This record gives sequence, C-alpha cells and structure tokens, in this order.
Amino acid sequence: MSVTALSTRGVAHRQPGWIARLLDYKPFLIVMCLTPALGLLGVFLTYPLGLGVWLAFTDTTIGRRGVFIGFENFQYLLTDPLWWGAVFYSVFYTAVATFGKFALGFWLALLLNNHFPFKSLLRAIVLLPWIVPTVLSALAFWWIYDPQFSIISYLLVEVLGVRTTNVDFLGTPWAARFSLIVANIWRGIPFVAISLLAGLQTISPSLYEAAMLDGATAWQRFRYITFPMMMPILAIVMTFSIIFTFTDFQLVYAITRGGPVNSTHLLATLAFQRGIAGGELGEGAAIAVSMIPFLVFATLFSYFGLARRKWQQGEAND
Amino acid sequence: MTDVAASPGNSNVSSATPETMSWDSRARRVVMIYLPLACFVLILLFPFYWMAITSFKPNAELLNFKDHNPFWITSPTLAHIKHLLFNTAYPTWLWTTMIVAVCSTFLSLFASTLAAYAIERLRFRGSPYVGLGIYLAYLVPPSILFIPLATVIVQFGLFDSPLALILVYPTFLVPFCTWLLIGYFKSIPYELEECALVDGATRLQILRRITLPLAVPGLISAGIFSFTLSWNEFIYALAFIQSGANKTVPVAILTELVTGDVYQWGALMAGSLLGSLPVALFYSLFVDYYVSSLTGAVKE
Repeated sequence: MSVTALSTRGVAHRQPGWIARLLDYKPFLIVMCLTPALGLLGVFLTYPLGLGVWLAFTDTTIGRRGVFIGFENFQYLLTDPLWWGAVFYSVFYTAVATFGKFALGFWLALLLNNHFPFKSLLRAIVLLPWIVPTVLSALAFWWIYDPQFSIISYLLVEVLGVRTTNVDFLGTPWAARFSLIVANIWRGIPFVAISLLAGLQTISPSLYEAAMLDGATAWQRFRYITFPMMMPILAIVMTFSIIFTFTDFQLVYAITRGGPVNSTHLLATLAFQRGIAGGELGEGAAIAVSMIPFLVFATLFSYFGLARRKWQQGEAND
Repeated sequence: MTDVAASPGNSNVSSATPETMSWDSRARRVVMIYLPLACFVLILLFPFYWMAITSFKPNAELLNFKDHNPFWITSPTLAHIKHLLFNTAYPTWLWTTMIVAVCSTFLSLFASTLAAYAIERLRFRGSPYVGLGIYLAYLVPPSILFIPLATVIVQFGLFDSPLALILVYPTFLVPFCTWLLIGYFKSIPYELEECALVDGATRLQILRRITLPLAVPGLISAGIFSFTLSWNEFIYALAFIQSGANKTVPVAILTELVTGDVYQWGALMAGSLLGSLPVALFYSLFVDYYVSSLTGAVKE
C-alpha cells in the first residue's frame, strides 16, 4: 500500500495530509472499521459469556465476590427438583411449540403463496404478532386467560354451551403449561410463515409444471418438490426458532412467573429468579450455563439433521 | 407466477389442468384457501382486538358479561388512557424507551455499517471468519448473558441508567445489521468503487459517496428492525433498571402497573396498546422493508 501512496504523491497536484493517507492505508482502515462492532461485542457479549461460565463455578452473591467452588453449583442443581422441572418444561415447551409453529406456519406460508386480492395487506397483518412487544401481547393473553373473565371461557360456557364451568387456564400445572405454549405458538407463527414464504417463492414454477405434466397429485408435488426444496431454509429457521424458544423468558415471566407451584419455570426464568431476584448470582449463572449443552445439541440436531436428510434425498433422486 | 405451489384449484390455470375439472374450482378454493386464511387472520388478530376493546371499556362493562356483550362496547371511555397518562409515569417510560431505542439503533447502525464494509469490501485475510464470528454472536441468547452482564454493568457504574441499555442492545442488533448489510453491499457492483478508486477517491469517500447512498434501502431495513427489537427488548431492561422513572415501557407495565390482587385490566390493556402503537405505526410505514429484511436475513 505504501507504494501506491508514494506514486500518488508523485503524480498528485495536491499533497494529501497525513490523516488522509493514514485513512487510505488499508490495514489501518480495516482495524478502524472493525473496532466499534468488535469492541461492543467483545465487551458486552464475549466477556460476559466467559464471565458467566466463571460465575457458575463460584458462590458469588449480589454484593459479595465469590470464591471458586468447583462443580458444587452443578452438583446442587442435579439434586434440585425445581431445576429438573425446569429442564423438563423447557424441553417440552420447545418441542411442542416448535412443532406447532412449524406445522401452522408452513400451512400459512402455503396459503399466502396463492394469488388473492389484498395479498400484501394480508401479509402485513399476519406479521403483526411478531412486531408488537412480546410482553405486551403476553399481557393480552394473560387477560384472555383470566380465571373469571376469560373471553374463551365466556365463548365455551355462554355462547357454545360446551362447558358448564369456566376454564382455569393458569391455575393448574398442565393447563398453565399448555396455555403458555399456545401463546408462544401464536407469537411464533408469523416469523415462520414469512420466512418460509420467502423460501417458497424461490422454488422455480417450472418444477411444478414438469411434475403436473407427469401427472403428480397435489400431495406428491408437496412431498417431492416443495418439502425437499424447502429443507435448507427450514433447517435455518428451525435452528433459530429452537434456540429462541428454549431460552424464552418474557412470555413465561409475564403470564405465570413460573407458577402455579413452579410448574411452568423455564431455565431462563429459574435463572432470573435465583440469580437476580434471589441474589444468588453464582447459582443463577450455573442454571444459565446449563442451557448451553441443550442449545448446542438442538442446533446440531436441527441443522445437521435436516441438512443430511436433504443430502440423502438429493442422492436418492439422482 | 409462484402461486402454483400447493393450490391445485388455481383459477388462473383451472381451464387447462385436468385435475381441477373434477372439482368446482371456486368452491374448492374457498374451502382450501380462504377459509383457513380467515381463521388464521382471526386468531392472529384477536388478542389485539381484545386489547383495544378492553382499553376503551368502562370497568362496569369490563367485568360484567351477563348484561353486556363482551365483544362490543356500549359506552366507550377514555378513562383508562387518561389514568395512564396523568396518574402514572407512563409518558416518562415512553420517552425513555424512545431514547434508548433510537440511540442504540444509531449506535448499532454505525458500528455494523463500518464492520460490514470492512468485511465485504476491504477484503482481508480472515474476513469471512470475522463475518462468521459476528453471525454466531447472534445465536447467543440474552437469557444466558443477563446475569454476568448485570455484574459487568455494575462494575462500569451503569446500573439503573438507560445508558447501560443503549450500550448493551447492540450485542443483538450489530450481528443482525452486519449480516443484513453484508448482503446489501454484495449486491452493489464492485466496478463502481473501482471507478472511484481510479479517479483518486479515498476509501472513506467511496464509502460515504458511493456505497452508502446505494445501500440506503438496506440501512432503512436494518434501522427499523433495530428500532423494533430494542423497543421490544425485555430481559436486559428488567435486570439492569431498578428505579421507576428509568424503566422502559414493557418492563414498566409489568412491574409498575401490575399491583395488588385486583388487576386494573383497563389500564393494563391501554398501556399495552399505547406501547404497541409506535412500533405498529412504524411497521405500517415500512412493511416492505420489514418483509425484505426478515427474509433477506434468513436467506443469507
């Protein structure tokens, strides 16, 4: 680079100042451009990530520096029924909600991929649940799930007459668990649908024309063209969805705060309860760190699992 | 063009394809497409309708389904909104949220534009790895970070200050924006920059005069997305802010308005409605950018 700087100086009619030359010096420019982003990420992401792992091995509480205690936090968690409950519900919540989101989201994407009037308006409306702050829509769900004045109970009891008593959505463990999952699915459908719609629109129509000429039925066209072609994007969207569902916090914190009788704690809400509200930073960090193996496993499973199936299908079709 | 996917009863081609002849294509279309679509829209929008209608209902109607049809209001009232605006610190919360969202958006746009430019255009050895590293940062969820971050924030003396949120939000905004902008920069022909280089422009002049103006749609997408994400952020704001005046809207509604055993549903829903309106308005102005950035980020 110094060569070009020299030669331009020889030719140039104006002498560039040293600042201008420094700014045109590529290594300097690269460092300068990357500093803000990498600085922010380093200080507020990488460092806390490392610090979190370290905290998990200490008995730090709020206001007191902890000492290294080895695996004591984790040993304690393994004997803690609340932690096991949170692990169970996190896995259950992620599995059921992800399945629901993808089944319904894929269906919605297929529906939106048709021609009909007001298509773009509809697409805009569909994305609304995803735009609005989760906590605020969670509050709306909380009100919908109200034990006394739930609108769903009103519909079931007064209008349809299916039940005689109000549904206790958040009062018993299993009802509360499923109520939260429904709210999560409601919030997740738009993201899945719009992302998959983008994927659907990249599939060449000529594939369908060829299949129609060969006499393929609608189901066969879906099974052998749409589904395999969507695999790569499904893998990415599902990885994201699993990670953010497993580590969900807002919905549970807003609607049940882990109740009734701690039956709806996710690992994140349990970590918050112990770490921030309870002040046991070390133990909270240990709970947060215990999410990492699950996340890595889920990512590998969804990403490589789906990617490999695509590869196998590609080979079988050759 | 692309509507062939799963709709066999497509009216455009209905006369040509044999299978649609067996069905009355219009009836089939109604059952297969319009009916499910209507159900989806109804369910996806109902909570908002319920939120809106609750915030304008007087308390008497709110808790009495026997005498009033719960789906409609007979005597709408602004009492809940008035209570919210004049008896609580709601305007302060809105203002704090706005400042935090705008500042962190600009901070992350600044950082990620430079980073994306360096990665995509000032190619250097290892630039793909830096890009991948930034992308992986997006996969680290806030739920894992908030406890150690709280101690970091306390160390820096930023606890209970909106500045903490402004500095922390870029951790999830920068990866997303950088990735989006790398995609946009890729779509700008490199020849334009070469021309400018030949004409003796400096790198920064090129970035300012050529690349950035061409990447404006990408910048808008990244900007509105960052704004929405920071407006909606919850867990960091909950963990780092203690005093009532500095809280952001989502946290404040949940921690300050939910008091006692009898919930003020009218005020709560009015607060949720008002808190959702800015992003919803913003969204309605830039729908196309949202959709393109969402799908663009997924495709990259």
